[in-house]
Amino acid sequence: MIFSFQLLFEAIVFGILLGCFYAAVSIGLSLAFGLLDVPHVAHPAVLVLGAYCTYLLGSYGWDPILAGLALMPLFFLFGVAMYRFYYETFEKRGTDAGVRGLAFFFGVAFIIEVGLILAFGVDQRLVEADYIGKSFTFGEMRVPLRMLLAFGIALALAAALTLYLSKTFTGRAIKAVAQDEGALRLMGADPVRIKQWAFGIATGVTALAGALLIIIGPVEPMTDRIYIGRTFCVVVLAGLGSMTGTLAAGLILGISESIVLMHFGASWAPAVAFGLLLVVLGIRPQGLFGR
Amino acid sequence: MRSRVVPFWIGAAATVVLAGILSLGGANEYFYFAGYVVLQFVVLATAWNILGGYAGYVNFGTAAFFGIGAYTSVVLFKSLGAPLLVQMAAAAAVTGLLGFGTGLLTLRLRGIFYSIATVAVIFIAETLMINWRYVGGAAGLQLLRPSPMVPFETYTRMLFFVMAVLAVIAVSIARYIEISWIGRGLRALRDSEEAAECSGVPTLRLKLLACTVSGALMGMAGAPLPMYLSFLEPASSFSLNYSVVALAGAIIGGTANWIGPVLGAILLASMQQIVTVTISSEMNVLVVGVMLVVFVVAAPDGILGLIRKLRRPRAAPGSTS
Repeated sequence: MIFSFQLLFEAIVFGILLGCFYAAVSIGLSLAFGLLDVPHVAHPAVLVLGAYCTYLLGSYGWDPILAGLALMPLFFLFGVAMYRFYYETFEKRGTDAGVRGLAFFFGVAFIIEVGLILAFGVDQRLVEADYIGKSFTFGEMRVPLRMLLAFGIALALAAALTLYLSKTFTGRAIKAVAQDEGALRLMGADPVRIKQWAFGIATGVTALAGALLIIIGPVEPMTDRIYIGRTFCVVVLAGLGSMTGTLAAGLILGISESIVLMHFGASWAPAVAFGLLLVVLGIRPQGLFGR
Repeated sequence: MRSRVVPFWIGAAATVVLAGILSLGGANEYFYFAGYVVLQFVVLATAWNILGGYAGYVNFGTAAFFGIGAYTSVVLFKSLGAPLLVQMAAAAAVTGLLGFGTGLLTLRLRGIFYSIATVAVIFIAETLMINWRYVGGAAGLQLLRPSPMVPFETYTRMLFFVMAVLAVIAVSIARYIEISWIGRGLRALRDSEEAAECSGVPTLRLKLLACTVSGALMGMAGAPLPMYLSFLEPASSFSLNYSVVALAGAIIGGTANWIGPVLGAILLASMQQIVTVTISSEMNVLVVGVMLVVFVVAAPDGILGLIRKLRRPRAAPGSTS
């Protein structure tokens, strides 16, 4: 292996773009798991579901980004319903919600995955749009336009959510419910409705992230398995519930993955997210920017 | 408690004898082929339950232990031509050690954090095997089965018998853990780890023990896989499907008692075999997912809980055993 500065530089630039994309796909989980403490193992499956819905709309001639935006309200409702169900069956009953809640979401992930296999088959799917094949050239470097797109949307999402959580009334209520549910109840707000709303937002954002997923590259039903590692790695590394932390953690993962990809080859890349996750869990489970 | 010991051992011995007679008798070869898979899931679900059911640590990493068990066998078989029992013993040692390692993680990680860490172990192990040329890399490795040992006609029949014996051993170990002080300690730390530690329960030692035993049994269940398939490749041997079936088997059967995972795994794996043959292999994963969700939502104590409810229909809600 020959060390080359040019190659490293390219890996880092690519890693930054990739990292923002990872932050975008993890931001929903950062809300659902990081802030609300819901063991949402099905998040990557919902992400892939979003990608397939985008594909479906794309086959009717919809632009993928537009499709992702249009899916957001639908996924919002799906998220509200999912949280409501989770709350009624597990959180309300209280005891032993941990094991069963985890098993529940694990089962849901499998149902979504197999449902997609039955509906679309195991083949890879992709969408078409004018901007997907194009790329920019900076000096000797080629940067695909779709990566820049993902980069822009990820930044916009993180900024919008950070503003929402700190400036609006509901946003602050979501942060409050994460900090002290009992206190919120004493103030006269209903924590369940706020959590339901927040989980809806988390799922809605995931629809747009799913559209990004299929813009970045082809998707198959089993894609969610690898994203278990990537999304949880980002959320845990970020420290639970921190939006700017999510962006930073995404960058760390993206850059590490892209360096490994360029120097050791694609067959090692999947282990990066899981390895990093294991290291973070072993050394600093509260993450870098823990609350 | 003492009076139940004798019937259990009679049952265990009867199961082994029955499996022996079956494997020497003249059923259709497919019966052994399918029966092996069902028994394998009995072992996996029972092993899962030692940690997940008694101690409340949800292990999603069954596939990692299972796959590493299978790869340990392949390495031994390819390098030394080791016989099956040696392969299984070595697999138990390796995955027991890995289990001990994940047990150390429980020092810091609980709940979903532990579960996600075990998923990470699967993918790291899979990536290592994909990049290891000696065991065939991503393409896998074709293996030539040796001829079966004397009383058995075919290798599949021998494996069926071996897996039946392993299932009986696994269930006996799970039952011993359940009724001894180990099980009491594990249940105590499941309900409250701090309270258990304060009351003098050696929580770390018990967790390490449970993780090691559970991991070793999962590895042993995976050890005969290369011989069973005459082939091994990373993607299918580290498939998350093993994790979900082991977990679902235990939860559907009921996690409180050793018989629960046995019932659940037999029910689930037989259904899977039937669905695979009659409908499709995608459908069988769907069956597992749907049954897991339905049971977790509607019958949180599994089949055992349902039976208990039928027996005592007026028992106060919330009072478990």
